[in-house]
Amino acid sequence: MKNPIIISSLVLTASILIVPVVFSDDDRHEYRQRSVGVTPVSSPIYKEECSSCHMAYSPGLLPARSWKKIMAGLENHFGDNAELDAETYKNISEFLLTNSADNSEYRRSRKIMRSLSDNDAPIRISETPYIRNKHDEIPDRLIKGNKKVNSLANCNSCHTKAERGLFSEHGVNIPGYGRWDD
Amino acid sequence: MKKLLTGFITTLLVVQTSFVWADNNAITILEKSYQTQGAKSGNAQRGEKLWNKTYSGKAPFTERSCSSCHTSNLKNNGEHVRTGKTLKPLAPSVNSASLSKVKKMKKWFKRNCKWTTGKECSVQDKADILAFIRQQ
Repeated sequence: MKNPIIISSLVLTASILIVPVVFSDDDRHEYRQRSVGVTPVSSPIYKEECSSCHMAYSPGLLPARSWKKIMAGLENHFGDNAELDAETYKNISEFLLTNSADNSEYRRSRKIMRSLSDNDAPIRISETPYIRNKHDEIPDRLIKGNKKVNSLANCNSCHTKAERGLFSEHGVNIPGYGRWDD
Repeated sequence: MKKLLTGFITTLLVVQTSFVWADNNAITILEKSYQTQGAKSGNAQRGEKLWNKTYSGKAPFTERSCSSCHTSNLKNNGEHVRTGKTLKPLAPSVNSASLSKVKKMKKWFKRNCKWTTGKECSVQDKADILAFIRQQ
């Protein structure tokens, strides 16, 4: 124990081991417990096709029955035309349905599912009770009234790790406001 | 043997250039297909007028034109009217990815003509708009 190098390396090792225990927040568990948020988007075709106009939402944010509804109405996709050719359509549908919230082990997907009744098939992620409740304390001026956010649909305006499927408060940075703590 | 070698090299070169040609000439492929469907060669001036023409649509976007999202200066970024997402410039002079893929061009002409004008664009309209965009 005379050697300062040994002591400092022991301290360093100890701190590496202790940090994840002290900070028990979602994102810091990222490397230990994979299933914290929702499944990140793994399909390059889905990403390419669906992120031209908006963030490529993780399929784990809605149940399969919702994605089916959305895919059945691409000609009028929230007022926009989002038609796909047959091959791309099939590819994207398969990706969405196999990775949907009801087929996912990720924690937030399970929470979203628990907040829905058996037949609920919302086509807006922002209308699922879980997501709505999670945002109900945030004043409108920070979302709708915030030009850099505009809508609850723009997850990644504030959730800086949304593209990786991570939505914990530590990754939140509301434009013009900053961090949000409950 | 010498002849055989020259022949082989020529074939290689031809095959290679045709691949390069196919990659770089999405515009030419589309223009040719418009012409075989009966369009005259694209008129950029008419294309520009179509680009800025407004059409009526359902609320909240009662006035619609190509420039609603892409603006009138194609060298600038655009912004999706509903989501606010930044759209890369369409002008090939500032965005080399623009007009580089036939499949993409067809897809966006179909979707965006329908959203903007309420129906698919005629082959001539597409030829003219393409002629306008490629000049930018």
